[in-house]
Order: sequence, then structure tokens, then C-alpha cells
Amino acid sequence: MVDAAPILRMVSLTKQFGRLVAVNDVTLDIQEGEFFTIVGPSGSGKTTLLRMLGGLEKPTAGDIYLRDERVNQVPANRRPTCMVFQSLALFNHKTVGQNIEFSLKMRGESRRARRERGLSLMNVVQLPEDYYDKSVTKCSGGERQRVALARALASDPDILFFDEPLSAIDYRLRKLLEVELKDLHRTTGKTFVYITHSLEEAMVMSDRIGIMQEGRLIQIGSPNEIYLRPRNKFVSEFMGEVNTLAVQAGADGGIDCPAFERRFTSPARPDGFANGYLVIRPESMRFLNDPSEAENHIEGSLFNEYALGSRVQYHVSAGGSMFVVEKLREQAYRGSLNDDVLIGWDAKDSVLVTD
Amino acid sequence: MVDRAEAPAPLIRQPGIGALLLSWLRSPGVLNATPVLIFFLIGFVGPLVIVLAFSFTPERTFDLGAGFTTENYEHIFTESYYISFIWSFALAGLTVLCNLMIGYPIAYGLSKLFGRWAAPVMLVLVIPLFVSENVRLFGWYLFLIKGGGILAGGLKTAFGIDTGTLLYEPGTILMGMIYVYLPFTLFPIVLGLSMVPRDQVEASRDLGASRFQIFREVELPIAMPGILIGALLTFVLAVGAISEAKLLGGQNTPVIAQDIQHEFTYAQNWPLGSAISVLAIVVTGFLVVLVMRRLDLDRLLGRR
Repeated sequence: MVDAAPILRMVSLTKQFGRLVAVNDVTLDIQEGEFFTIVGPSGSGKTTLLRMLGGLEKPTAGDIYLRDERVNQVPANRRPTCMVFQSLALFNHKTVGQNIEFSLKMRGESRRARRERGLSLMNVVQLPEDYYDKSVTKCSGGERQRVALARALASDPDILFFDEPLSAIDYRLRKLLEVELKDLHRTTGKTFVYITHSLEEAMVMSDRIGIMQEGRLIQIGSPNEIYLRPRNKFVSEFMGEVNTLAVQAGADGGIDCPAFERRFTSPARPDGFANGYLVIRPESMRFLNDPSEAENHIEGSLFNEYALGSRVQYHVSAGGSMFVVEKLREQAYRGSLNDDVLIGWDAKDSVLVTD
Repeated sequence: MVDRAEAPAPLIRQPGIGALLLSWLRSPGVLNATPVLIFFLIGFVGPLVIVLAFSFTPERTFDLGAGFTTENYEHIFTESYYISFIWSFALAGLTVLCNLMIGYPIAYGLSKLFGRWAAPVMLVLVIPLFVSENVRLFGWYLFLIKGGGILAGGLKTAFGIDTGTLLYEPGTILMGMIYVYLPFTLFPIVLGLSMVPRDQVEASRDLGASRFQIFREVELPIAMPGILIGALLTFVLAVGAISEAKLLGGQNTPVIAQDIQHEFTYAQNWPLGSAISVLAIVVTGFLVVLVMRRLDLDRLLGRR
């Protein structure tokens, strides 16, 4: 897949609004048929990046290539791409069918051909046929999502852009639609570029993920790579709750933790590492009966516990900060609050990152 | 499914129509509205009823009990009064049409393009409204008057060109009406266009719509309530216009309001004046209802 020419290529793409640099020197190739997700907090420039790709915003500098053709100046209505907006931007004065068929009507296709395609798309996104003449204002949130999706698919675009379309949807429906979207990606074989602020959502759906921070793309990789080898503290914390320990390089190549005044066994130190953080995921932390059971250990006291359904989370206060430990429900720690506990981890379960 | 036949009879008896009406009359909303309601009945509905009654009395009577006749209405059609109806409605229709074509681009600029310049532009358009309509029209009169007018006189002194006058032509009346009523068309359109969401315009562009297609498929339908309100307001005002025809038309072009004024004052024929008024109200009212049925006022005022 990597050998094929990319369907979408960004070269040093930059967008400035006055003095604000929204997108800063982004270079990225997206392969044909890929599900690529850009993840970043709000204000990281991901929406601006997507709007430039869709032709709704003109780059300040850099280039966008679509199948080796430079498209910087091509307006949105002439690009073979389509966007699903965060607000969905459905035409509230039109019916479900009219919304879906909008792009076909713009192309001047006949009423009959439009209706046929519209109905088949409604089938693809699992909307009942009798919704065809229903006003979109009378549709539920999930149904509106499906209308927006069908409308974007109708023009048969090469690339579909998604601007956080699921952010306003309740958790259960969002989970359902995430899976449906991934299935749709598989059945249509189209290139999906998705943006979200939730790395969890990105993990579920994507082939590759790009993490954005303050306009820059700071890490690109498969969900596994991002999860297991975050490049810096920002990426590691984006994943959710993690334990971070401020550490510094010891004289002899080891890692020292000033807060606990002790040396931790850690993965190999990168060249030039001076200060940084040791990151340990909550599920890699475990309760110990004896320090010898793990390569590293910390003494603390159990502050609180939270049931998360299939898992239980514990907060352990140690050395003036709070550590998070997560266990499967079946392996729950049996004890009471304020117990003195010993928690520990192995070096292979920790990651060394810089700021 | 529940079998409806087996549903038990309701235990609470449904109140009758009379009881419902009584409870409605006693509701706090109705009670609070009563003073205003009475004021409106006396000051607003009352005079209209009197005009309606007068329109069915015999010619040149000032007595409501003088008998019933429909001859006043027949006179409108037999004695050329209908011509002023045609003029008034034609001028009003043309005013609306021209104002829509002039107003839409300005409104589009005000709501989408001018940004921080929108307020100053709006101000320039509003300020003339602080000056009486008659004074402004008289300004036009001075500008256009024959020989010594600003236009004709200016052309003569500067270039030695002798021109006639544009006054006393229907076209000049139309220009005056367009000038006077533009704000009434413009501001509702601005309101209507401000309801067009930016993301829907972008979405339609993204879906391949050209500039004109965006206008036809998205902007126009969404802004339509505002456009209709503007058109309606302008039309109703323009049908009743009198100063434009008097000042700029030199009474060569008869309009309804002029006829009505003439019958009530100079001709001292209240019944005929009343009949013309009633017919004008009915025709205009019919057109208003026709448009209002297509209109969702709640949506325009943002209540939904």
C-alpha cells in the first residue's frame, strides 16, 4: 500500500488567520482507500486543515495534490471530494430525499435517476424507504447523521471528509455509528479522512492516525504505534488517563526519578535524553504483595476506587501525586480504602517520552 | 396492541363548549388583554365598521340610516374610478418588483459581505427615514422641476442644454415610490438572509452547486419569509401611496388614495369614498392573506 501513489498529498501546508497560525507546515500523504484520522484538541487546527483539503479554505502556503494534480486553487464545487460537516449542514427546507440527491440535481441528472440512486443510498446507510419524503427537521439525531452520510456519498466522491460528525451524539449511538462508518469504509472502498478530538474514536475506525498539536502534525502512525509508542507527553496523555513520572537521565545511562529519589528500570534511553517522563498505562500497573514481583515499585495508599463496568479503577496516592491503576473486574483488588499498598510495573510496559 | 373496544369509559365528564369558553374568558391571559382589546375595538375596528356601513348608504348622504344600496360599488366600475385601482396596483406591483431587485443585492452585502461596514451602510439607508416623506419628495420635485429645477437649470447653465422635465410622468412616480419604500423591502430581506446558515451554503458548494445554484436552492428558499414580508409591507404601503402621485405626478396619474381623499373632502360623497376604501382594503387584504399563508412568522422571528 505504501508503494502506491498517494491519492492526497499535503506539502508544507500552512494556513494563517492574521497573526494566528492555524495550520503549521503539515506534510502528509494519504493512500487510496485509507481511513485516516486526524486527532487533536479543539483549536489544534484540524478543522482548518480539513477545510483546506475540501476547498473551503485557501492555503497561505504549501500545496495540496489530488492524484498528483495541484488543487490549491480549485474551488470546493469542482473537487471530487465531499465533506460531512460537524453541524451536518443539512438543508432543513428540503426532504430527506432532496437532501441526499442534492449533488445529483446540481449535475442535472433526471428526476428518475436521482430517485433511484437516492433510494439505494438510503438502503446503504440503513434509512427506511418511507423516509424519502420526510422533512429532515423531523428526523432524529442518528437519522440526520445517516442523511448527511448518504448525501456525501451521492456524488460518488474520491475522498470523503468528516469534520467530527459524531461529536454531538450520545455515547451509545456514537459507538454504533463508529462501527457502521468503519463497515461503510470497507464496503465502499473509498478514502476517508476523519477528524475528531477523541483518540478513542480514532482508534476504533482508523488505519492510520495523525496527532495534531497547535497546528502541527506531531505524530503519524497506526493506532497501535500511537498507543504503544507515543512520541511525547502530549500524545501519551491524549490517549486517556496515564501515569506520568517526571524523570531525568542518570549519570550512568539509567533513569532517575527525583520525586521518589530512586532509580527506575526503564526502556532504553534515547540518545540525547536529559529530562522527560516515564509513562505507564493504568492497566500495566498492578498491586504487589512484595517488591520483588515487579521490576519497579512505589509505596502508596489506596485513595479511592471506581467501578467502570468491566474494569475497576483505583487511585493510589504516592509521593504527593495520584497514580491510576486499572484491573479487570475479576482481578479486583480486595482491600479497603486507605490501605497501604504497593504498586508496580515492568520496564517493558513503560514508555520514555520527552515534553 | 390494546383492544380499543375494551377500554373503560372515561370517568371524568368532558366539559361542554360553553364551559370551555367561560374558562377561556377567565384565563389570566385573556383578562390581561381585555383593556387593549377594548381599545382596539373602539379605536381600530370601530372606524372600519363605520366606513363599511357608509359604503352601503345612498350617494351623498351623511346618515348611516338612510337606506341600503350597492350603487356606490357599481359606480366604481361604471364611472372610471377603477382606473385609479389599476394605476395604484400596477405602480405598487412595479415598486415591489424593482425594490426586490435593488434590495436583494444590498441586503446580501449587508448580511454577508460588508462585515464591519454593514453598520455605516445601514445608517446611511436609515437616516433619510428621519426626514418626512413629503419633504424628501419635495426635494425630488425641486430637483426635477421644469426650467429652474436643479437638474434642468444645472444642465442649462453648465452646458447650455435645454431639457424638458421628467416630472408628471408615471415613471417619475415609480421612481419616487421606489426611493421612499426601499427601506421597507430591504430590512426584512436582510433579516431573511441572515437566517441562511453559512455551513449550508458551504455544504451546497461542496456538493457541486454553482453560485447561481446556491442562490436558487439554498439562499432564496431560506430567505423567502423575509423576502415575502418585505414585498408585502412595500406593496401594502405603496397601494395607499398618495404623495408621490401628487408631487411628482402632478395629479395626472390617478391613484386610489387620491380618489378617496377627493370623495371625502372636495366631492363630499362619503358613501363613494367609503366604497372605494372598502374595495381597496378587500383586494389588498386578499393578496396579503394569499402571501401570509405561505409564511411561517414564528420561524422568521426565531421562535422555533
